[in-house]
Amino acid sequence: MTEPLLRLEGLSKSYGALRVTDDVSLDLRPGELHAVIGPNGAGKTTLVHQISGLARSDRGRVLFAGRDVTRLSMAERVRLGLARSFQIISVLPAFTALENVAVAVQARSGSSFRFLRPARRDDALNAPALALLERFGLAHRAGVPAALLSYGEKRQLELAVALATAPSLLILDEPLAGTSHDESRGVVEILRALKGEITILLIEHDMEAVFALADRVSVLVYGKVVATGDPATIRADPQVRAAYLGEEAA
Amino acid sequence: MAAATPAIRSPTASPRDWLVPLVLFALLAAVPLLAKLGPEGFILSLMTRVVVVALAAMSLDLLIGYGGLVSFGHAAFLGIGAYAVGILSSHGIEEAGPQLAAAIGGSVLFALASGVIALRTQGVYFIMITLAFGQMLFFLATALSGYGGDDGMTLPGRSLLFDRPWLKGDAALYWVSLAVLGAAYLGLRRVTASRFGRVLRGLKENEIRMEAVGFEAFRYRLVAYALAGAVAGVAGFLLANLSGFVSPAVMSWQRSGDLIFVVVLGGLGSLHGAILGAAAFLLAEEVLSHYLEHWRLVFGPLLVLAVLFARGGLVGIGRGRGA
Repeated sequence: MTEPLLRLEGLSKSYGALRVTDDVSLDLRPGELHAVIGPNGAGKTTLVHQISGLARSDRGRVLFAGRDVTRLSMAERVRLGLARSFQIISVLPAFTALENVAVAVQARSGSSFRFLRPARRDDALNAPALALLERFGLAHRAGVPAALLSYGEKRQLELAVALATAPSLLILDEPLAGTSHDESRGVVEILRALKGEITILLIEHDMEAVFALADRVSVLVYGKVVATGDPATIRADPQVRAAYLGEEAA
Repeated sequence: MAAATPAIRSPTASPRDWLVPLVLFALLAAVPLLAKLGPEGFILSLMTRVVVVALAAMSLDLLIGYGGLVSFGHAAFLGIGAYAVGILSSHGIEEAGPQLAAAIGGSVLFALASGVIALRTQGVYFIMITLAFGQMLFFLATALSGYGGDDGMTLPGRSLLFDRPWLKGDAALYWVSLAVLGAAYLGLRRVTASRFGRVLRGLKENEIRMEAVGFEAFRYRLVAYALAGAVAGVAGFLLANLSGFVSPAVMSWQRSGDLIFVVVLGGLGSLHGAILGAAAFLLAEEVLSHYLEHWRLVFGPLLVLAVLFARGGLVGIGRGRGA
């Protein structure tokens, strides 16, 4: 078996007496789309924060591409190729859609301690950014400030921004939350196209999307991974049905 | 790749962006001529103060308007620049070159040392820590008994340029100050539009977003802080030459507050707003104090009204985006 791209070893995090994630261990194979599902409050977003470096872990290690990144900042992890999106939309509201992506391109192309050349007219940044916007069907909105985009457009913009950092692992924290049916279908198509190209860790509530896209699924309940397996196995697992799917099956 | 499609052009990139600053600088350039019509020395000295305060406020705009960093200790850099002139000239070094080097070097060092600590904090804490650093320097200056302590010290004369008293005339000092302001404006305009400036603006918009694409907020802010400090240090150098006197009052916290006010009054995030703000602030102060004994009673409410009704500052009115 190949070396995992991401390995979590016994990750734990408590807020006060509340243990939000509890001894989470997980391997992500290169190229797979791995979904993490679980009821509200299961610790999914906290886990994303721990992997991406936004939150420090109390215990455990995060290994990315064989390297221990547990002590690295979020920015350092991104530069190694570990990108993420946010459950609550996070864009630069006063920047245009194009600039939102261009600044992410800028982050990986050369030093940003350059003080004289205007960044806005830098085609080396704009061209890849525009190509990404095109991929998400946002090219016609390139000059619009992000604050004025629709909710679904902002979600797509966030994906474009994450991809602009040229990640080898993309962690998506509920990319379908709040999108319309059409928009969510669009995002699912994009994820399907990305599959295989990069490794994806998908946190999602939309079971239809999860079972359609995922190679493997892990179920997180009260901060613990209770099951990991291919979608069919997970769907059939009685423990999973009781803990999570039961709500919907009932 | 059609990267230059019209969609890319930002709505803010228009000739109007240059119009107001051009008019402002043209007006400032006309001042020495107009001054001949009235009490020349008084007008030149007042307008030099406007230019110098505008310079310091413009550098503060880089922090507040572009970086979202509300520094309440910016007058400290004025103080460092002024004391560089005072201390060196008291030791017989009256040449502008070494004085400027000390002003800029001292400002950058102080910015780096205090910024390393202050920039670990945010919001109100950042305001309080920059204030604390400013006060620290203020009290240090009052303790410098060899250099006048509380009372400050009178300078032997204006700084020399290549061993010549080229700054001696009021008009000469005005032109030099205006040239520095113009250079700072052009320079900062480039910086704010550069890759670095874009990162700085992005951090103001959404720090987490910027870290999530790979930018370490602290480094960029520290460099901006040092750059703003250096420019304000030069303003301090000019201020000392203008007043011929250096005292701790240059860096009192009230001065820092004035600078914040000037930037907000003029309009944050425009650079040239600092010029408008400085002119409005100092001229209003001058006129009111001339006619009224308790002029501050009028000045205060005027400032409140200005901020209330000119949202976006005086620059915003010019853009037709006021109120």
